[in-house]
Amino acid sequence: MENKILKKVDYIFQETSVSEVIDIIIKTLAKSPDDIILDVIDSGLKGRGGAGFPTGLKWKFTKNEDNPVKYVICNADEGEPGTFKDREILETVACKVLGGMTICGYSIGAKEGYIYLRGEYNYLLPQLNKVIDEFNKQLKSKGIDFVIFIKSGSGAYICGEESALFESMEGKRGEPRNKPPYPAVSGYNSKPTVINNVETLVYVTMICKMGVERFKALGTKDSRGSKVFSVSGDTPTPGIFELELGMPLADFVEDFGDGDTKAVQVGGASGHCVPRKQLKDTIIGFEGIPTGGSMMIFNSSRSMYNVLHDYLEFFNEESCGQCTPCRVGCQQLLKGIESVKKGERKPLYLDELKKLASTMKIAAKCGLGQSVANPFNSIVDNFREEIIY
Amino acid sequence: MSEYLVNLKVNNIAVSVKEGTTILDASKKLNFNIPTLCNHPDLSVAGNCRVCVVEVKGARLLAASCATPVSEGMEVFTNSEKVRTARKHVIELLLSEHNADCTKCFKNGHCELQDLASEYRVGDHVFIDLVKSKDKILDISSPSISKDDSKCIRCQRCVRTCEELQSVSALAVVKKGDHQRISTFMNKPLDEVVCTNCGQCINRCPTGSLTERTYLDEVWNAINDPSKHVVVQTAPAVRIGLGEDLGYEPGERVTGKMVAALRHIGFDSVLDTDFTADLTIMEEGTELLTRLKRALVDGEKVALPMMTSCSPGWIKFQEHMFPDLLDNLSTCKSPQQMFGALVKTYYAKKKGIDPKNMVSVSIMPCTAKKFECGRPEMRDSGYQDVDYVLTTRELAMMVKQAGIDFMKLDDEKYDSIMGNSTGAAVIFGATGGVMEAALRTAYEIVTGREVPFTNLKIMPVRGFEGIKEAKVMIKDVKPEWAFLEGAELSVAIAHGLHNANELMKAVRAGTASYHFIEVMGCPGGCLGGGGQPIPTSPEIRQKRATAIYAEDEGLPLRKSHENPEVAQIYKDFLGEPLGHKSHDLLHTHYKERKRY
Ligand SMILES: Cc1cc2nc3c(=O)[nH]c(=O)nc-3n(C[C@H](O)[C@H](O)[C@H](O)COP(=O)(O)O)c2cc1C
Ligand code: SF4
Ligand code: SF4
Ligand code: SF4
Ligand code: SF4
Ligand code: FES
Repeated sequence: MENKILKKVDYIFQETSVSEVIDIIIKTLAKSPDDIILDVIDSGLKGRGGAGFPTGLKWKFTKNEDNPVKYVICNADEGEPGTFKDREILETVACKVLGGMTICGYSIGAKEGYIYLRGEYNYLLPQLNKVIDEFNKQLKSKGIDFVIFIKSGSGAYICGEESALFESMEGKRGEPRNKPPYPAVSGYNSKPTVINNVETLVYVTMICKMGVERFKALGTKDSRGSKVFSVSGDTPTPGIFELELGMPLADFVEDFGDGDTKAVQVGGASGHCVPRKQLKDTIIGFEGIPTGGSMMIFNSSRSMYNVLHDYLEFFNEESCGQCTPCRVGCQQLLKGIESVKKGERKPLYLDELKKLASTMKIAAKCGLGQSVANPFNSIVDNFREEIIY
Repeated sequence: MSEYLVNLKVNNIAVSVKEGTTILDASKKLNFNIPTLCNHPDLSVAGNCRVCVVEVKGARLLAASCATPVSEGMEVFTNSEKVRTARKHVIELLLSEHNADCTKCFKNGHCELQDLASEYRVGDHVFIDLVKSKDKILDISSPSISKDDSKCIRCQRCVRTCEELQSVSALAVVKKGDHQRISTFMNKPLDEVVCTNCGQCINRCPTGSLTERTYLDEVWNAINDPSKHVVVQTAPAVRIGLGEDLGYEPGERVTGKMVAALRHIGFDSVLDTDFTADLTIMEEGTELLTRLKRALVDGEKVALPMMTSCSPGWIKFQEHMFPDLLDNLSTCKSPQQMFGALVKTYYAKKKGIDPKNMVSVSIMPCTAKKFECGRPEMRDSGYQDVDYVLTTRELAMMVKQAGIDFMKLDDEKYDSIMGNSTGAAVIFGATGGVMEAALRTAYEIVTGREVPFTNLKIMPVRGFEGIKEAKVMIKDVKPEWAFLEGAELSVAIAHGLHNANELMKAVRAGTASYHFIEVMGCPGGCLGGGGQPIPTSPEIRQKRATAIYAEDEGLPLRKSHENPEVAQIYKDFLGEPLGHKSHDLLHTHYKERKRY
């Protein structure tokens, strides 16, 4: 594993204007769709929405589908507790997101793009609509056949899951679909669809602007480039930071911790909890612990029981409820740690619950239920006494 | 779907199946059974119960076998340790939120969850009991449907049934997480929403969450009351369904045994709804011819196409969804209600029974009939015309409760009068049957000749295609029907309310030019009714249909107008079809109902 030292970067929030982005688009669209996709593959860019799927491949699969109607969707549902980077991006540099969508649309053969905006971010609508109108107008005047729309989300966390998002956009209840088929084959309105995170799309614009090599120069082999982190919890410097990928978590804590860090929750509620003793050996990146961007720091005053309890309550509430492992499993995990805490069940019951969490990881229908085991098993393994006593 | 073959291995055994086949079906081909709960052959794939998960070599996740198509080179394991652990967890989780009072449950012995629990021997509960209350969480507002949320496993089969097969969408998933449940619009009671009482959701509910409202106790009490004369009528489709709940394979005709069992149970008169099915043909056929005459000869504006009205689920659907087309419905009551009105008048008089002391029970393949018998219009005899409606399933329970060894019974015949019928009445139980029966009679009335189809089998109106169409050329008519000379009668048939909805949209839009439309609310017609034995599937319904047509062919009389009891009742009591008495007893009206 390569080790990088912590490095702050400034690509995402670099100021720009609609016309500058349009210029980047025009320059990029001089290439063939295939060449652009090859560039994106070559850049090593992976999705910043959590799952970390290689963006270029996703585009390629969608391009290969033979269908006159395709869509580009920007996932701006940002519901992971402790994450607020997409909001910041949309507030400050929305036109770069639109740029990424347009480039994607051209590459895969889509003529329409949609931003699915988290319901709580509706206050951004007037400002975003203005940018989008201006942007659409300029696209049209340059003869680029792509239009961007914005849709307001329903307010449920699960609607950030891509297939639930499509259902929600189609006016149905936001419940995840079976996979396959994947969005590249059947997404929004059952058409081939690329869905990317807000930040992913900004990096597309930046890669097109500065070239593949400069992007690749950052990060590691498996985690190219940089990434925006939302830092919260017991830190003197909460906020949003763009950092190079591949850094050891220890360096991160050195910079952001308050000197008394007990653990870091990487990737929000659905991420892993890394205890102090593992900080040195943990790399932030796709080869280590992937993250949607949330970094929550806990110092020794925190009860990890409470932390886990909060997460489980969150999942219990936000599970769409359709599949058994997640709907009932979340309740069992929550009630289970409560009963161990109260002494109604033996500490060994935690091992039953870990097995259950492992079943949820492989048998739940979507990423929500599948990821509950991440916080559960990592917290129970590392802070077992805090759960019991 | 393509014919391209995909090669895979299931539990190390190679198999080739068509592209698009699910892992579940590919495994079944090799006789590896995988348990399922949310999957149903009539419905779209949900993939939400997760009890069918299997291991696919190289995959991080287990795959829901009902929802995952096979792919080339796939290696599937249906019984690995991982799979067994996950499956057991899923069953244990379901049971941990389930109010499992099996001994008190209507579905005891017919429950897919119970079967799984006993197969997997989920003994002492590993997990915490999440059942909030050991009581039923009941909605018994509807006279037809009982809904107990404490037994619901959220498989959403009911929701998909109501939406996909019935286009009603009375049921919906509400809320998230541990609060997620199946509910109605604004969480209103079932009798205040668009529910048509069709019972199709019951037929597909794997547990005791959705069941019919049962009136077994009321019927037993009536039988036990010596002061009551209890009359029973049996609908056409009961005789070809009942056997399934009493040890027979689907498609067994048990008419004679059923009649014998009803006598053993203690019904005082065992009569046949088929009699009023024949009567319906006389009334409805005459109504159609009258409407055609008024339109063609008198130039009046009459509502055409005329639509059948035998199916009370369909009627309520129309009252909610297409109130603008209510005039198109035939004014004929359903055979059940014609029967009820006659049994407490004509039959009572003939037999010298005081209708006050009569209890009229009907055995129906249908749950909507439980609602229908309570409609305020259905009291034309001066009493409630039909007092209690039991489903085919409830009758099977009665047979068992009475300790009757059904298979060993000798065949018996219906009582007379109102017990005689023709093959035309029997086929009422299959989609297209009313149409076929009507054509057999109307054609003959108008032309004096039998319908021009071999052995009276009007094949274009048979079968399970969603919407069927047929045209019949009318030539060489009798003088009094001269206005129909050379006319081509155009008819359509829909079964299941989804198909009805499509057909009605076309009628409303004016893009469908039919004279006569038959609609049955349930897929397959009454043979697939909401009160029929569970399970149901296209194959089972096909077997029932085959049995119905065999019953028809085996009967000496196969045209309604040839039923001697029908001739007799017109002579002795009713006068003529659409006559004054018919109007009072056999016809009804409809009312607009709100959608919300
Ligand atoms: C429960 C759940 C919630 C999710 N929420 C979001 C979200 O708010 N924003 C997002 O970009 N991706 C979210 N995802 C991931 C998306 O499903 C999808 O992978 C992502 O939008 C793809 O974009 P990317 O490839 O650019 O990362 C969520 C996934 C799950 C399972
Ligand atoms: S895992 Fe949870 S959120 Fe995902 S489909 Fe199942 S119940 Fe819904
Ligand atoms: S639904 Fe099934 S498992 Fe539940 S109580 Fe009834 S019979 Fe038992
Ligand atoms: S009875 Fe029929 S209409 Fe009513 S909820 Fe069930 S399926 Fe829907
Ligand atoms: S009521 Fe029955 S069919 Fe509907 S979700 Fe519950 S268990 Fe499934
Ligand atoms: S039967 Fe396959 S998930 Fe329910």
